[in-house]
Amino acid sequence: MIELTGITKTFTGKQGPIHALKDVSLSVKQGEIYGVIGYSGAGKSTLIRCVNLLEAPDQGSVKVKDVELTALSPRKLREARSNIGMIFQGFNLLKTATVYDNIALPLKLTGLNKTVVKERVEKYLNIVGLNEKKNAYPSELSGGQKQRVAIARALSHEPEVLLSDEATSALDPDTTEAILDLLLKINKELGITILLITHEMNVIQRICDKVAVMENGEVIEEGKTKDIFTSPQHSTTKRFVNSLFSHDIPDEMLTNLNKTGHVATLSFFGESSGEPALALVSKKFDIFPNILSGSITRLKDESFGQLLVHLKGESSEIKNAVQFLKEQDVHVEGVKISGDNQRVS
Amino acid sequence: METINEFLDLWGADLWTSTIQTFQMVGISLAISILIGLPLGVLLVLTRPGKALGNKYVYNVLNVIINVIRSVPFIILLFFILPFTKFIVGTSIGVKGVIVPLVVYTAPYIARLMESALLEVDRGVIEAYEAMGIKTRHIIWYVLIRESRSSIVLGLTIATIGLIGATAMAGLVGGGGLGDLAYRYGHLRYEVDVMYITVILLIILVQGLQSLGNYLAAKLKKD
Repeated sequence: MIELTGITKTFTGKQGPIHALKDVSLSVKQGEIYGVIGYSGAGKSTLIRCVNLLEAPDQGSVKVKDVELTALSPRKLREARSNIGMIFQGFNLLKTATVYDNIALPLKLTGLNKTVVKERVEKYLNIVGLNEKKNAYPSELSGGQKQRVAIARALSHEPEVLLSDEATSALDPDTTEAILDLLLKINKELGITILLITHEMNVIQRICDKVAVMENGEVIEEGKTKDIFTSPQHSTTKRFVNSLFSHDIPDEMLTNLNKTGHVATLSFFGESSGEPALALVSKKFDIFPNILSGSITRLKDESFGQLLVHLKGESSEIKNAVQFLKEQDVHVEGVKISGDNQRVS
Repeated sequence: METINEFLDLWGADLWTSTIQTFQMVGISLAISILIGLPLGVLLVLTRPGKALGNKYVYNVLNVIINVIRSVPFIILLFFILPFTKFIVGTSIGVKGVIVPLVVYTAPYIARLMESALLEVDRGVIEAYEAMGIKTRHIIWYVLIRESRSSIVLGLTIATIGLIGATAMAGLVGGGGLGDLAYRYGHLRYEVDVMYITVILLIILVQGLQSLGNYLAAKLKKD
């Protein structure tokens, strides 16, 4: 659905050129929710703005629905853009217009007749659950409600793609949850492909099928959300994953524990696979598993858990136990001690 | 009471004509100035380097022209452009003759006020409309101007009050008006009463306009 190939973008800053994007390629399939995560300055915002050419890339190709956008005339580009909805961190609504007009005005301006406009506004206000607020002005709405209006505005053009530029970053955790649920619903019920950028790992965790991690204008890691969560490769990715599962234990304690056994992180999917497997380990092998910390969280389609355990016993037994756990579909990763602040992975 | 009646008998007609002349001069030149100043302000915003039609040549030329005109005090501008006035309206005296310098004086001022009003509009909203595939001319009208309408009204209020001040000098080329009445009778002929009354009338006018402007601006502002 979205095919970015070799996107390069350089800005001229006061202190020399800034390479916002360096040869970035990305592919989003139809019906997917694709998340791009990175710290600020990673280039993710520039990347998403390249998809509808709000930012024209210096090099590279931008294809949406197999149409090369960079080759289009301004008029054709406008037509193509109406098939790509976009929502923003700052909502970007007209302050001087009511909720109704905020959705209706752009529709009128794209040449739709009055009755169609009215139908569309009502339909999408219902979908986002704000019909009773249609005569309110944005200043009378909460942040979450404003974002709902913005989502309705984007959807009212009936796009096949929705771009979300940090849409939940300005919202409190509860509202973020609600907006994420709405995005999931849109994706499922209307079949809209969503490309979102965020710096919050919980957004990726909750709704994304696939994720790309960006740093310094490059995609450093990419894959299914599930895989990124179980075995992050790059240190930045690990930091993002650990922002959700913080199993911080003091280095001193780790040193002591490693003397008598082995500390490992066990990751598993589904509600029940972790604990019984661990119980079996203690029965089958001469090992005492001790849970140091643990958490279970919901990914888009399944739950995902992590346990930090201390496996006390002989190295050979531990080795067998780890092998057994792996056979039970539990992802095992050893814990090393490091002098600096690096977290447990 | 009697003195008031006496005063009105003597000056009422003149005051009335002068007031009408002031309204005429302000109304006509304001209308023309808006027609020139608003698009000019839009152009200034759009041609700003880094904006939609970023063109530093157009922007710089406009910028310099506006600054040059705005540097000249109205009283000097009035005489300086006499030939131009004559060329445009065929005369350089009377209400007609004073409209041209008033417009030349006010339009660049309005352009500047519009520029600063339009610059307040959130860049993100414009971007959102670009992302929806809306035409630039529609964005100018339905986003830029609409969103800054409260500031535009305040700006126009300031411009109108400035314009009223300028019309006072218009008497020098036979434009008439309240300022002229105060100057000719009040100052040159020591009819102090006339001066006081016209000043009071001007105060009421300016006060009323500012209040109206503030009221409208507050009403148009929805945040």
